[in-house]
Formats: sequence, C-alpha cells, structure tokens
Amino acid sequence: MSTERINRRKNGEQSKYFFDYSMLLIVLFLLGFGLLMIYSASSYTSFAEHQDAAFYLKKQARNILIGIPVMVMMSIIPYEKYLKFATIGYFLSMAVIPLVKTPLGESSHGATRWIRIPGLGMNVQPAELAKMFMILFLAMLVCKMGKAIRSPKGFLLMLGLPLPVVLEVYLLTNNLSSAIIIMGISVFMVFVASPDYKKFILITLAVVGVAVLMVVLVKTHPELLGFRGDRIKAWLDPESFAGDESYQTLQGLYAIGSGGVWGKGLGQSMQKMSFLPEAQNDMIFSVICEELGLFGGICIILLFVMLLWRMMMTANNAPDLFGAMLVVGVMGHIAIQAILNIAVVTASIPNTGITLPFISYGGSSIVFLMAEIGAVMSVARRAQRKNI
Amino acid sequence: MDHNQIYHRKKVLTLFMLCAFAFVLLTGRLTYLCVWEAEYYAQKATQLHERERSIKAARGRILDRHGEVLADNKTVCTVSVIHSQIEDPELVIETLSRELNLTREFVRKRVEKYSSMERIASNVSKELGDAIRKLDMAGVKVDEDYKRYYPHGSLASKVLGFTGADNQGIIGLEVKYEEYLKGKPGTILTITDAKGIEVAERGERRIEPQKGQDLRISMDLNIQSYANQLANQALATKEAESVSVLVMGVKTGEMLAMVNVPEFDLNNPFELVLAEGEEITPEERQERLNRQWRNGCINDTYEPGSTFKIITAAVGLETRAVSLNSGFHCPGYVVVDDRKIRCHKVGGHGSQDFVHCMMNSCNPALVTVGLRVGVDAYYDFFERCMLKQKTGIDLPGEAGTIMHKKEDMGNVELATVSFGQSFQITPIQLLTTVASIVNDGTRVTPHFAIATGTREGELLHTFSYPVSGPVVDGETSEKMREILEMVVSEGGGKNAAIEGFRIGGKTATSQTLPRNSGRYIASFIGFAPADDPQVIALAIINTPKGMYYGGQIAAPIVRQLFENILPYLEKIEYTN
Repeated sequence: MSTERINRRKNGEQSKYFFDYSMLLIVLFLLGFGLLMIYSASSYTSFAEHQDAAFYLKKQARNILIGIPVMVMMSIIPYEKYLKFATIGYFLSMAVIPLVKTPLGESSHGATRWIRIPGLGMNVQPAELAKMFMILFLAMLVCKMGKAIRSPKGFLLMLGLPLPVVLEVYLLTNNLSSAIIIMGISVFMVFVASPDYKKFILITLAVVGVAVLMVVLVKTHPELLGFRGDRIKAWLDPESFAGDESYQTLQGLYAIGSGGVWGKGLGQSMQKMSFLPEAQNDMIFSVICEELGLFGGICIILLFVMLLWRMMMTANNAPDLFGAMLVVGVMGHIAIQAILNIAVVTASIPNTGITLPFISYGGSSIVFLMAEIGAVMSVARRAQRKNI
Repeated sequence: MDHNQIYHRKKVLTLFMLCAFAFVLLTGRLTYLCVWEAEYYAQKATQLHERERSIKAARGRILDRHGEVLADNKTVCTVSVIHSQIEDPELVIETLSRELNLTREFVRKRVEKYSSMERIASNVSKELGDAIRKLDMAGVKVDEDYKRYYPHGSLASKVLGFTGADNQGIIGLEVKYEEYLKGKPGTILTITDAKGIEVAERGERRIEPQKGQDLRISMDLNIQSYANQLANQALATKEAESVSVLVMGVKTGEMLAMVNVPEFDLNNPFELVLAEGEEITPEERQERLNRQWRNGCINDTYEPGSTFKIITAAVGLETRAVSLNSGFHCPGYVVVDDRKIRCHKVGGHGSQDFVHCMMNSCNPALVTVGLRVGVDAYYDFFERCMLKQKTGIDLPGEAGTIMHKKEDMGNVELATVSFGQSFQITPIQLLTTVASIVNDGTRVTPHFAIATGTREGELLHTFSYPVSGPVVDGETSEKMREILEMVVSEGGGKNAAIEGFRIGGKTATSQTLPRNSGRYIASFIGFAPADDPQVIALAIINTPKGMYYGGQIAAPIVRQLFENILPYLEKIEYTN
C-alpha cells in the first residue's frame, strides 16, 4: 500500500510544492486571537492572584512556542512514519493514564488529571495525549482491517478497542468530557471507515434516547444521579437552581446576554472580574461574546467551520486511506470539542468541562492540538492538488 | 482503494455537513441569547455588578418664627469595614479600637463578621474621620455623613428633642415631624467585581438624596432665651427641683416659649450629671435619662391649685350662680358635708364681694360657688372646656387629665375641685383652658409647627390646627378678664403688675401629695393686655425652698418676662 503511494508522489510533481496555507492561517489566527482573549479574560483576576496581569498570557505563549516546533516537525515527517507509533501509542496512553494515581499525579480544581514531568517543571494531561494516539491507532486499524470493517465483528472491534482508554480516562482521571470526546472521535472515524449508515443512525438514536431518559430521570428521581444529576438540573433551570453548578452556567449567560449584537468592546467584559469562573479557560467563549458580541461569536464559529472545511478537503484528497483517516480523526477531535464547548457555554447542554480548541488556556491541549494540525499538514502536503 | 474512497468521501462530507449543521444550531442559540434575551441578561448582570451605598439626606433644619436656626446639621464621618477587602485584620482591629476608643472585642466582632459592610462607628468627628482615611487601611471605609447640631445647646431641649445614631428623631419636635425633617436618602451605585471591590474606571451612578424640609416653629428665640434665663434664676435662688415657663399666643395657640429647667445639652443628650464617684446600673441610667428628657409641661400632670379657681369662677358666672357683686362671708373655713375645709388665711377673709374673693383667692367662697353650681353643671362645664381631652399640642407624649368619675363625685370632691385640688391636669392644659376663658370662649390648639419649606425658603406645607368653642360666652369672658385684672392690680397677683400695661392673672400655691410633706408648687398664670389678651404665660416652680407662695415667687417671673416681651410684642403687633 505504501509503496504505491510513494510512487504516486514521485509522479505527481504538482503536489510536491503544495502547502495548505489557508488552514495554517486559520490555526495561527485562532491561536493569536486566543492569546488576546486569554489576556483580556484573565488579566483582572490574575493580577489579583499572581500580581501579574499577563500571568496566563505568558504561560499560554510559552505553550504555543513549544507547540510550533512540534507542529512543524509533524508536518515535515512523512505521515507514513507515524504508523510505527500507532500501536505503541495506544498502549502508551493506557500505561500513562494510571500515573495520575501515583505521586507523579498533579491536582488542580479538585481533580487529579495531570502528570508532572520530572525535571521539566511541566504538567501533561494524559487524556490529551490519549486523544492524539487514539486517532493514530484507529487510522492504522482502519487500514489494517481493510474490508473486514464491513463485518459486524470488525465494526465491534473498531468501537471496542478505544473502550479501555475511554474507561481509564473516565474512571481514573474522573474526566467525563475527555472520555466522551475520545469515544466521539472513535465513532467519527468508524463512521467514515464503514460504508454503513443504519448502525450509526441507531447509535445516534440510542444516545438521544439515553439523554432523554437522563432528563426524565432527573426530573422524577432527582437524587439518583449524584452530582452529574445536579448538572442536568442546573442546565434545565439555571436561575432557580442555586449552587456552584448553575452558578457558572448562569454567569456565562449573563456575559453572553449582556454583550448583545456588537459587544461591549475588547477588554470591557464585566463578568471576567471574578464573577465568571474559568473565564480564560472553559468559559472563554462567553467572554468573547460579552466583549465582541454576537458578531465576534459568529466570526469564531465561522473560523471553525472553515477549518473543518479545509480538513475535509485534505481528507478527501489524501493520497491514501491512512492519511485520510488521520485527518478525519483530527477533524472529529476539533469539531466535537468546539461544538460541545459552545453548546455548554450557551447552556444548550449540561455543563461539563470542555475547552475551546486553540483559544482556551491549557498547555497539554494546545501542544497536542498543534501536533495534530502538523499531522494534517503532513497529509495535505501530499494531497493531489487538482482536487483542492 | 479508489472504490473505497468514493464512499469515504461521501461520509467525510456527511460528517462535515453534520458539524456545520450543529454550528448553525449553535449560532441560532447564540443569536437568541444575544438579541432576544440580551436585555434580560444585561439587566441581571448590571444588578450583579452594581453595589448600592446609601447617601444620607441632610435633615431639615428647625427654625424659630423669625428664621433663627435652632437645629442644624454638621458633617461627621461613619467608619465601616468591608470584610472581603480587609488584608490585615489585626492591624485594622488594633488601629480602629485605638483611634475610636472602642474595645477590641467590639471591633473584632465586626471585623470578623462575614458581611458586605459592617459599621464600626458613626458620628465620628470630621477631623478623626479624615485621619483614619489617611491611614489608607485596606477594607476600612470612611463615609461622610450628617450629624444634628444645636447651636443654642440646651435651649428648649425638651421641645426640640434630638436625633439618634441614624439621624432619626428621638424625642420632641424631632420625632413629631420626622416625616418632614428626614428627607429621602440617595444612593451611590458603584460597579464592583465579585468580591465587592469597586472598579474605578467604570464610574458610578448617583441618585441624589432629597434634603429634609426645614421646619419653622412658632417659638421666638428671644422670648425662649429670656424665659429660660428667668427660670434658671428662680431654679437657683429658690433651689427648686424644676421651673417651667410657658408662653403662648392667646388668639393663635402659637407657643412662643416652653421652658423646663433644668434642660439638658442637646448636643450631648446621653450625658448624665452624676454625683462624685456615683455608679449606676444600665437600667437606672436609662431611667435617669428618660427623666432628664421629660417635658414636664406636657408629659406630667399636677394639681393646679388656685389657678383653677378661674374655671370655677367662670362656671359660676356662666351659670349665673354668682355675679361680680355677690356677697360672701369667710370665717376661715367652710363645712362641706362632714368635712371642714380651711382657708389659707387662718382668721378668714370676713365679708367680701365675689371680685374680692378672687383677689384674695378665698377657698371657702370658691367652694361655695362650686356647690351652688352643683356637680352636674360643674362636670358638664369641665367637659365643655375640653379639660378631659388632651390639648392636641404637637409634641409627643401629652398626658391626659386625671379626674373623678362623674358618678363618684360628691360634694366633698366638688368642693376640692373648685379650688384646684384632688384632680390633675398638665400645665399646657391649664394654659390652654384659661386662654380660652379670657379669649371670648374660643379654644385654640397650642402648637409649635407653622410651616415647612425648602432651605432656599420656598414654602412647602402650612400646618393648621382645630379651633373650637365657645366654651364660655363673651360676657362671662369679659367679666373674667375684669376679675383677673383686679387680681393683678390690687389682689394676690400684684407682684405681676407692670406700670403702663394691663395684666390679668392668678396665683397658686399648692401643697403636693402627700399633704404636710412641706413640698409646694408655686405658680402664676398671667395674660396681657387684660382687656384684649394677646399673650398668656404660666410659670411653675416645683418644690421651692424658703418662700413658696406663688404670688411671691412665681408672679415676679411672669412680671419680668412681660416687662421685657410686651414692648417687643407690641412693636411686632403680637406677631399676628
């Protein structure tokens, strides 16, 4: 398979020079805009807490500076070389996640989700690592299985293999959102790999059914679901449900609503002044809406749609199935996170901690996302130009 | 592989479309929030961001009838702490307890209390407030504020009253006219972050406070001051317990002066004069303060004694039981049923007409008049004169009359009432009733408040008071004026006579209960001009030492008062 592709590459001189500048521009713009918004959203509280208004800005800039060489490296390496790490990566994630339970584990915001890298003074979130390796592993698996994927056994295998990692993330790091994202990426990739539609419609109906059941359950037996049940209650009626769960949701809504159509102007958010928890993190989109209004919010959404559009083009013009599946995985990752984040912030779904790709503050997330973009660029470089 | 790619491409496109669709839905949701719900959430957010601080309204001033300021405001400071902003609680506790002279426990309790703002001390002088503000301690706030200030100190203290820590009226006119005086507090709406710290660059919204209305009262500062001086003189020379002087416009009911010495310092109303080394319990302290603040002219009743013979004479004339030249014989006592009631003159006054009975203040003669009138008619007259009701003066806590029930009243009771004993009324009641008898029977309501207005002088509200009567007819009134003028010009009240002025009046010397305690109340009620009364005054000396006859010690007070104020009142035509 790979030799055929390499021959193609040698024959197609056009693709030799291709570089997906528009995608790079979108990513760089999102990163730059993210820096600006992190500064705006965090400067007030970070000055109070760290006596440095640029505390989060500096840390995020450092993260991006680490991410850039990673991204460049990933884009230069021919993506076939990643294949070697696919299986190792899958088992590596499974091995790394339990480390949070060892003394290397780092806690923040009441959850132990980070691992300290000794000697570097940096923390890594293994769930972010797992997302990247899961994409790689599943892309490899799709190519390995070939037509076997059409059998029920192949289908179940594709969905069953991510489960250990998903469960680890959920149970060991108590991180439901990352677990959902990894599972979502897997379903995304299997959907593309499999010619079938019926099964996926059934899965979708099942998910919707479970969601409705949860809502009904919360309404009839409020005590059954514990704190996750509280989140659903807070989502259903944030204003009468007093407590931490509804507090963040409600503060986010105040921010979005008070921004109006054109916003209060850059830097003019009131909600960031310690009213809105995680203003520079999960809730940064509400600060964007408060300062730049509906207009700013729609611009960000459009940028994400354009980014996904570019990735779709890359996937559909990838020289081989492995490259295509890699891009589909990354596309799924970014799409799921962006959609869920905006849905949470607008109180369209119950509150769960999901960051907005490229914009939210967060070290591991940025570095791994940039690595994934590097991988997509590596595929894009070899895409057939005529189709783009 | 190419075959595979066709459905792969379709599926990737499907996914992209699904994602795009999700984004469209989210855009819709966002638009709903930012456009339709914007106003609602913006309003909620503003409520969250704005903190209210109230700005005290300047309390209205109290002015005398000529516009002299009797009660004013001065700037003082309120010191409070904001829990969430305190950085060094120990320093704050230490400094505030030292500067404000408060116990550490008191300050600590407030500093450590979790509340948005806790008041430590109010009515702190502006200098001390500025000094504390200059220390610039985090979490300590000094707000400027008004304190009541009385430029004349203790003058008319029991009439004006004073205000408490929140500038609310506590006694006197200050509480009676609270609604007019207090004004409406304003608010400062400041933008704050979640911890309550002001966000300076966002500015603030102010709702300006509305100043309280100025209250103009009928008191005349000059008359009040002079009456006060005379009362203090009598208090000192007679070593009396208290001296009261009331001056009222006969035709209007306007109170020109109301003195109750000893007065207290309005700028320091909670201070008590204690004997050296004396220690008192908090309850006793409160009790003494209440006594210190009590307005004896209104809050306390007494047996009026001989001044009440004016009422007996009036009812005698009104019912034709006597005429001016009816003859009486006083052997020094009179027997009523089985009781022997003595005259103050042991040997008796002998034969005399009714005018001389009044001039001599003869008890047996007035008892005879009362008995001639009879219980029914006397009691009816008592009620017609509105003696059983309150006068309605605009001061809080007016006491009612303590009088026999009609069915319990026999001849003995009637006899004692006839010369002003065995029942109790307030001094203001006596003054008002006598005024109505000499004022052709027209009974006015005694009062202080005339009008309210803005500080700039614009009139806002004028007070009016009920006028009733006639309680006696004009003829009786005229005869009474005649009799009472004779009392002053030739009778027991001659110490109140002033050359060149026609004064009417009546003295009283009554023994307080229990009898034979040697404690007396000396009083004199006088009015001028006798033929057309404009001003009426009552002086009461409680428990004088030495000479205790009303004609000897109370009448001179009214004389000195009239000597000084009559020329003055004539000049301003009795202020009408």
